[in-house]
Amino acid sequence: MTEPATVLQARGVVKVFGQHRALDDVSIDLRAGEVHALLGENGAGKSTLIKILTGAYQATEGEVLLEGQPVRFADPLQAQAAGIGTVYQEVNLLPNRSVAENLFLGHQPTRFGFVQKKVIYAKARAVLATYGLDVDVRAELGSYSVAVQQIVAIARAVELSGKVLVLDEPTASLDRNEVDRLFDIIRQLKARGLAIIFITHFLDQVFAISDRMTVLRNGKLIGTSSLKDVSPTDVVRMMLGKDLEILHPVSTAAEGASGPVMLSFDGFGKPGKVAPVTLDIHRGEVVGVAGLLGSGRTELARLMFGVDTAESGKVTMNGKEISLRSPVQAVQAGFGFCPEDRKADGIFGDLSVRENLIIALQAKLGWFKALNRDEQLEIAGRYAEALDIRAANHDMPIKLLSGGNQQKVILGRWLAIDPNFLILDEPTRGIDVGAHAEIVRTINRLREDGLGLLVISSELDEIVAYSSRVVVMRDRQMVAELHGQDISPKIIVQAIAAQHQEAAE
Amino acid sequence: MNRSLRPLAATAIIFLLCYLAAVIQFPSMLSTRVLGNFLTDNAFLGITAVGMTFVILSGGIDLSVGAVIGFTGVLIAVLISHFGMHPLAAFAVTLTIAALFGAAMGAAIHYMQVPSFIVTLAGMFLARGAASVISPDSIPINHDFYTSVSQAYLLMPGGGRLSLIGGIMVLVFVVGALVAHRTRFGSYVYALGGNTTSAALMGVPVARTTILIYTLSSFLAGLSGVIFSLYTSAGYSLAAVGVELDAIGAVVIGGTLLTGGYGFVAGTFIGVMLMGLVQTYIIFDGTLSSWWTKIVIGVLLFMFILLQRIVFAASAPRKKAFWKV
Amino acid sequence: MKTRVLSRLISPQTMALAAVLLVNWILFPGFFDIEWKDGRLFGSLIDVLNRGAPVAILAIGMTAVIATKGVDLSVGAVMAIAGATAATMVEAGWPAHTAVAVALLAGLACGLWNGVLVALLDIQPIIATLVIMVAGRGIAQLITEGSIVTFSDPTLIFIGTGSFLGLPMPVVIAATLAVLATLLVRRTALGLLVEAVGVNRSAARYAGISANVLLLAVYVFCGFCAAIAGMIVAGDIRGADANNAGLWLELDAILAVVIGGTSLLGGRFSILMSVLGAVIIQAMNTGILVSGFPPEFNLVVKSGVIILILVLQSPLSATLFLRAPKAKTGASK
Repeated sequence: MTEPATVLQARGVVKVFGQHRALDDVSIDLRAGEVHALLGENGAGKSTLIKILTGAYQATEGEVLLEGQPVRFADPLQAQAAGIGTVYQEVNLLPNRSVAENLFLGHQPTRFGFVQKKVIYAKARAVLATYGLDVDVRAELGSYSVAVQQIVAIARAVELSGKVLVLDEPTASLDRNEVDRLFDIIRQLKARGLAIIFITHFLDQVFAISDRMTVLRNGKLIGTSSLKDVSPTDVVRMMLGKDLEILHPVSTAAEGASGPVMLSFDGFGKPGKVAPVTLDIHRGEVVGVAGLLGSGRTELARLMFGVDTAESGKVTMNGKEISLRSPVQAVQAGFGFCPEDRKADGIFGDLSVRENLIIALQAKLGWFKALNRDEQLEIAGRYAEALDIRAANHDMPIKLLSGGNQQKVILGRWLAIDPNFLILDEPTRGIDVGAHAEIVRTINRLREDGLGLLVISSELDEIVAYSSRVVVMRDRQMVAELHGQDISPKIIVQAIAAQHQEAAE
Repeated sequence: MNRSLRPLAATAIIFLLCYLAAVIQFPSMLSTRVLGNFLTDNAFLGITAVGMTFVILSGGIDLSVGAVIGFTGVLIAVLISHFGMHPLAAFAVTLTIAALFGAAMGAAIHYMQVPSFIVTLAGMFLARGAASVISPDSIPINHDFYTSVSQAYLLMPGGGRLSLIGGIMVLVFVVGALVAHRTRFGSYVYALGGNTTSAALMGVPVARTTILIYTLSSFLAGLSGVIFSLYTSAGYSLAAVGVELDAIGAVVIGGTLLTGGYGFVAGTFIGVMLMGLVQTYIIFDGTLSSWWTKIVIGVLLFMFILLQRIVFAASAPRKKAFWKV
Repeated sequence: MKTRVLSRLISPQTMALAAVLLVNWILFPGFFDIEWKDGRLFGSLIDVLNRGAPVAILAIGMTAVIATKGVDLSVGAVMAIAGATAATMVEAGWPAHTAVAVALLAGLACGLWNGVLVALLDIQPIIATLVIMVAGRGIAQLITEGSIVTFSDPTLIFIGTGSFLGLPMPVVIAATLAVLATLLVRRTALGLLVEAVGVNRSAARYAGISANVLLLAVYVFCGFCAAIAGMIVAGDIRGADANNAGLWLELDAILAVVIGGTSLLGGRFSILMSVLGAVIIQAMNTGILVSGFPPEFNLVVKSGVIILILVLQSPLSATLFLRAPKAKTGASK
């Protein structure tokens, strides 16, 4: 069999920002009809490489060849016109416009200057049919789920470009079912001869769909190889240059070690969000929450922190009933919450690292008991050290920190109020592996210090590693509570998938 | 029903109900005569509101339109009365200046990345100031062309008169609706109102579209100034103070979302008519004082803001895809 | 600490003020002359402060609103309402202090209305406050029944034209309010919390900040400031003019805040800088008047100032003047 043709190639690409070499002599080649995974920690240079390939940046040295011809794109639109389409994690389409217009915006066929809507609708239906999508193309895009929007984005990129498709973390906000659908489509496109670059944080997805992979580390090319020739451990080793402890899950959190009941949620729920949940949280334990996206896990966390108000049930803390109608009340009760969407709900981008660290404590103290500058410096310093927050100084805006460090700041913000109960929603999502390990260690340490924790995560290995108990959510209800030996990825998956099995039997 | 149609339907229904109520009380309001006056009296507001619709659809705001009306009025008066220009030549000159003025504001908004609010605020001060510097006093226009044009009309069945002025407004609305809903430029305007970043990544020429939107708005404000000068046969630097608020009000009452991305030019027409109706009613009634107009319009504005909040706030009902297996 | 005070003294705002004053002095050599007459100070400089006081007071409230990423377009109309209320009440025979209290309450009520729309109904501030901007003057006319209500109540007139320790009352009120408001936001946690809400309201909620209460408070405070400014303006002309009192002053107040360096996108704010911004605007106004230019010229100059600020703040000039973020290592020490 002959080697398929190389479509897009980067040779010896160097990108320098000021003093920093973001990419150092990186080469990559993409063949027609392959899915090529691009892997690396945050800061490894993945996005810089993608931006050079798609015209958002220009290489300092080296060259990019499209079908053998050297090319230099001034902006993503030129790259798009030349055949390189990109789909981003956050769908970059227009929710307020029709599905059809989103497919053809800027390329609508016109007659006498007027857009031919009927032609567009017909074409849109035809295009989406090839993706197995049967939607009303005249309806607003925003009225469809993220998965549908993602597919419309892919269809647009393929329509307009058609040679190379760059998928930048397309699965980050999809549930398992939707990911499977997406993979079907990727396979289809692959069969049509597109060269596809696939970026993701999920290793299992890399193995499920990719043919080859290229690993970057600190801006350098570590290697390219066929996925048939490597194991997940090899890949992680390439990415990190070391084996990572958390990939060998050993539950260190024996349930028996946990203390007395601290919090009891009794029939706690809200119609349409979460069916009533009854759950005790002990001192010194981590309750892991597993479940697919949309299973009600985030909704449960929001209820427990008073972001949404529960309509049924009650909460007792140390035997006394408490009210949880707002985050303010939750904070007064000594709760802390690291939300899933760090940028939207977590950080105060323009405020300093120091202010971000003390803000929850300040909110708890109230309007009139201000922490003075010395107190702020002391608190910020203490938690920055305890959590190994890497910032040049604490007066810089937090938005300049990496995702991992931002997550540590938010964690530190809650530790500063000396909490009883911490809720962490996907604490390790989208952060580099180093900070990842740091956060997992912190969770273990907090449990040993006697806190109650509720940790939501999609990473089963991770949940298994630190949970004393695991609660499984499905279809907005709590469907299982696993103890001891039952806490294993296999049993959790069974619990999550139970419904499907029942249906199959 | 499409979500963005709901506020439009509400506007239409409220207008019909109000008109019905008014007609029951004053049967003479149901005549083409009143309708004709309606169109003539609100022509300058309507034309401005079309431009404002485009600006608001794109997620911006234009505070300068009232000042541009005042400025063009003064400039036209000076060109005709002091320089002896033919009105048509004067119109061409002032409309060109107005369009360039808008283009400059659009360019400032795009290239300096500042909110339209503050740029058009500067534009408002500049246009109003320039008008006052040209002439602080009202300048009358006496020209045969004015007399004939401002009296030109088309007789409608029932004895009503569709004046040239009113006709121009209707024409502007029709063209505006076609441009907004049937051209690529129109789809770009909605795209900017939806999400500027996405629009740019999808290949919408953001700079060109932004500049064109504000050019259009200022051009229409200029045209409105022309109409206003035909209507009043004078140019005054303090004319049309606060029209920007009325125009914004008409657009919102017409069902366009103030944050951009959703709305219809036709809705603005109903919005203008509804505001005109309130004024006409208060005049017909005779016992109500003029300030009730402001209060009623404020209340209408509040109702529509609240309505939009209810329609658009509840996160869009996400339809699941119908997968073909 | 010394360097911080020094750096504040040579901020762009103080330099702009110095430049405007210098131009005024060149155009009108007697600009800096101040004399003591009848137990109070007179002079162009005092006049600048006196005339600038209403906008300065509005700017104090507006700063807090803008810091939360909001804007209050209704302050001009609220001024008219407050003036109309006070004037109508004293004319109807109520004692002055009751009239003042009710006028302040009217301002608070308008602020509360805006705050409810913004905080509880979650409506965009520019839209929410448009309602009172449009309807407010109608309400003020309703109160005065369409006429300009003149009054001769000494207390109300004193608020607009009296003097204390030689300084005009409006200046005293504005300065007191500015100092109290600054102390309030900086000696308590309010300033930081307001900035946090302005930077990211959702995160503020998650961090346990009562963002809604804070927003309500900020708009109520803004309405309160507007009511004070409204009474000063009414006292000054000894009458309440529902049509013209405070007309377009909301725009001057916003401009003052912008000149003072608070971003319209919320976050960091400085009340004193906004007050300085108001003084700069008035210094330009007065300069144009005393140097014999027509008052209309003012608008052109104002637009020039906005354009200048926009150019200075644009990313283009940042690269042009090499104002790249300074290396801040060790700044926390």
